[in-house]
Amino acid sequence: MNSPPSNSPTFQDLILRLQSFWAERGCVVEQPYDIEVGAGTMAPETFLRVLGPLPYKVAYVQPSRRPADGRYGENPNRLFKHMQLQVILKPPPADVQELYLESLAAIGIDLRQHDIKFEEDNWESPTLGAWGIGWQVMLDGLEVTQFTYFQQCGGVDLDPISAELTYGLERLGAFLQDVDSVYDIVWSREGGRATTYGDVRLADELQFSVYNFEFADVEKAWKHFELYEAECKTLLEQYAKLVKKPEAGDGRTAGEKKRFPLLAAYDLCLRCSHLFNILDARGAISVTERVGVIARVRALAVSIAKAYVDQQGEVAGEELKNKLRVTIPKATVPV
Amino acid sequence: MPDLLLEIGCEEIPARMIDAGISQLCERVRDLLVRERLTANAISRFETPRRLAVLAEGIPEKQPDITEAVSGPSVKVAYQDGQPTAAAHAFAKKVGVDISRLGRITTAKGEYLAAQVRRDGRRAAEILGETLPREISAIYWPKNMYWRTPGEVFVRPVRWLVAMLGEEVIPLEFDGVRATSRSRGHRLLGNREVKIPAAGSAYVEALRQAKVLGREAREHEIRRQLDAATREVSGARWREDKELLDTVVHLTEFPSALLGSFDREFLALAEEVLVTVMRDHQKYFAVEDAGGKLAPYFLAVLNTEGDSSGIIRHGHERVLRARFNDARFFWETDQKISLRDRLQLLKHVTFQKDLGSYYDKSLRVQRLASWLSEIVRQSGRPIRPGVVHKAACLAKADLTTELVKEFTELQGIVGGLYARHQQLDQELPETTRLAIADAIYDHYKPESMEDSMPRSLEGALLSLADKADSIAGMFALGLVPSGSKDPFALRRQANAVVRIIAEQSLPLSLAQLFADARQSYDGSAGEEKFSRAAEFSQTIREFFRERLDFYLREARGFAYDAVNAVLAAGADDVVDVLARAAAVSSARSSSDFESISIAFKRMKNILRQARETGKRVAGQLDFSLLEEEPELSLAGLIPLAAEKVEAFRNEHNYVPALIEISKLRPAVDRFFDKVMVMVDDERVRANRLALLAMLLKEFSTIADFSEIVTETRNQ
Repeated sequence: MNSPPSNSPTFQDLILRLQSFWAERGCVVEQPYDIEVGAGTMAPETFLRVLGPLPYKVAYVQPSRRPADGRYGENPNRLFKHMQLQVILKPPPADVQELYLESLAAIGIDLRQHDIKFEEDNWESPTLGAWGIGWQVMLDGLEVTQFTYFQQCGGVDLDPISAELTYGLERLGAFLQDVDSVYDIVWSREGGRATTYGDVRLADELQFSVYNFEFADVEKAWKHFELYEAECKTLLEQYAKLVKKPEAGDGRTAGEKKRFPLLAAYDLCLRCSHLFNILDARGAISVTERVGVIARVRALAVSIAKAYVDQQGEVAGEELKNKLRVTIPKATVPV
Repeated sequence: MPDLLLEIGCEEIPARMIDAGISQLCERVRDLLVRERLTANAISRFETPRRLAVLAEGIPEKQPDITEAVSGPSVKVAYQDGQPTAAAHAFAKKVGVDISRLGRITTAKGEYLAAQVRRDGRRAAEILGETLPREISAIYWPKNMYWRTPGEVFVRPVRWLVAMLGEEVIPLEFDGVRATSRSRGHRLLGNREVKIPAAGSAYVEALRQAKVLGREAREHEIRRQLDAATREVSGARWREDKELLDTVVHLTEFPSALLGSFDREFLALAEEVLVTVMRDHQKYFAVEDAGGKLAPYFLAVLNTEGDSSGIIRHGHERVLRARFNDARFFWETDQKISLRDRLQLLKHVTFQKDLGSYYDKSLRVQRLASWLSEIVRQSGRPIRPGVVHKAACLAKADLTTELVKEFTELQGIVGGLYARHQQLDQELPETTRLAIADAIYDHYKPESMEDSMPRSLEGALLSLADKADSIAGMFALGLVPSGSKDPFALRRQANAVVRIIAEQSLPLSLAQLFADARQSYDGSAGEEKFSRAAEFSQTIREFFRERLDFYLREARGFAYDAVNAVLAAGADDVVDVLARAAAVSSARSSSDFESISIAFKRMKNILRQARETGKRVAGQLDFSLLEEEPELSLAGLIPLAAEKVEAFRNEHNYVPALIEISKLRPAVDRFFDKVMVMVDDERVRANRLALLAMLLKEFSTIADFSEIVTETRNQ
């Protein structure tokens, strides 16, 4: 194993520094979401929070599972589960790019010693009915961050817009420590003893690759998919009934809407998405079927997004919404 | 006279959009200045990823005052019984002139009141402040975005604006940003804030200080540094790549270049793969040795000042190593399943949801390509037996490989490389095996009008069959390109079809080719969704007429009227269309040709008028009704000339055929001189119309001469 430069941060230092950087800039530092997701974007802290008018700033690490990307721990750069550090700034401040560059400095990258480019890369997730405009940030030829201005989520036009910064933690870690394999990244250090990414995660990569590619029972996975989908649909139908119900004037419908478990419906949708990924890794979905199954998951995500916006209307109330709008800062001219 | 400066400061604009964006902005500012009578001496541009700027030299500070003639109510309305009416008073008030001093102008409609009105020119800064924001928002971008709230739209977030006339800031606002005289320097090397003292060269100088260079300066600097860096390796050269150079020019504000190296052992990988990784994925220039072979080096263009510590080079080398390792891993993994076995895997890869899998497509293309090679063989062209058939079967198999999944732009090429590497079909002679691999390798070519053609006739036929199959299937489903919508790039594929037939001189009828391609779908699952046969052949015909028109004008440089004339006489046989277009272009300079064209136009007009006014045209020419000498002699000449023309035409010998037609000129001219067609005698008239119709019909099979634009057109 190469010995990394001793002054380079460990993997957990990297996470801690990014978290405290964004905490100091007013972000809520959330914990990873506890249901399997394919990307940090899918966690409700992004998918749902970017909807509606309420401002929000959040940063969290999100382990992201992509069963088809598993390589049994044999490939130095490809992982079944990789970690993203996700930042949502809603609405984005005018100096959002400068803030981002400062965050790189905070993890020990002296920008004057490196080459940074923002290259066009627009992000899109057909499963979530979401897309945005932005760049991949290239640091000495390595893509280290996806920088996106969300335009639409769950098929809903966003107002205000959110900026999403997705740091690839393994890539940054390997870059900072100058190692060629993610498994050689030093995760933590105690005295002279280093614990590596491989020590922490290799078994995980191996066993989940074995499960996802070899053991996962296709029939049962389909059954799970259908059960979760049915439950999610039932919830959405019930919410739709509430929307249609005329308000009696006593605020009861509004109250019922406010307490309606749309967050649970979203969890069910996430489970469907992950099961789809497992079935895909098992090669159980033909290309023709694929489009259809993605459309089923998207239908759930889109319905949830619409319902959530409606529910936010009840939660926020018109007055609050107007007040919040005024606080959206104007782009400032350099002084 | 002061200079004008407008700079739009943005977050990084996509490299591919900068050129079109700045061109539009310049054009719009130029037009605006002309419209507002503020014409500049010269207009120049300054564009980087973070700014689009227009500089206009020497703008008047104020519009010139002008005097305009304004017309009012007609004199009839303005005066009654010699007294001015309310209308006259109102007009006088509007133009601010005493009624007694109003003038009059006479037009075709009558006499009107008029006045000379003096308009004071407005200040340029004021006008520009009002109008420039509209011009900025009118720029067309392939993709726009919001960054704060809907209503503010641009290609990327606008973060600052500089708008100055001389030293004065023009008051304007766009997307919530107010213009100032403060620009910004290079993100890392320059000052965040750069004071612009005045519009004009001071702007360019201030930015240079802040480590921001204009487009030409960057390109020059990149070339210089690429040359210098390459000199570190003796005898080496960097591979010129215009597209890549443009990209890196638009990705940098202050560029430099560095030379990096990679392990020699990677050179065992196919050069195509290495170059694709470097160029398409890392934006590196490839380096070759004195013999033109790929050398284990690359050149990266940076957006910063050099790399004295070597840290950046180290980073780039690290990334490239990982990429090459991946590519090698994919190559090795792919060899576990041969191309032949991959054909079966294509059953699981959808070509189009209603048109089945790529396996189905492979079988159809194989059938069509074999039919094509039979036609070519019968025409006497040498073609290696079995090559097209075999290549068609394996052509799509690389779509299942890891390498193509990772580097989609290498489709076809990977198939060709694997076919050669795997040495399939050992029973075939080596030349045949290589020919098969080459045909697979080339079968997506030509991908544009500028792209090279497949190297062999076999590769061309495979490419043709593949594209014809796609076009036929999509058209049968009604997925016809319209306007800017062409999701399957069918126009590009059709352009390739036309080019291949033309440049390989293939004896093919487009109608027959597509009838056959369409037939390959018989019995397929998607057939029930197909449109009716008549619609299919008609849309194909119209579509290819447009493609031929494009090819003849854009790729072959024929005049549009010659193209129209030739295509009106038939657009099915591409090779024949080309020969006719060439003949018309070479014959048109003769004066006889021009006269004949005018005469044909005249004939067409007369026949059209006759049709519109319900005049009968005799079904057959009746010689006994021909009275005048000129019509008799013309009628006598037609069959003789037609026979000669027909003989030449059959040999595709079009120039003499056209000369033969031109020789009719004196007879035709005399006819129009002496003979009146639209006479009162119905039978004589119908017979003369029949004579004209016959002339048109007999001599419009090479080109429709009435389409030729002549200088004397309107006489």
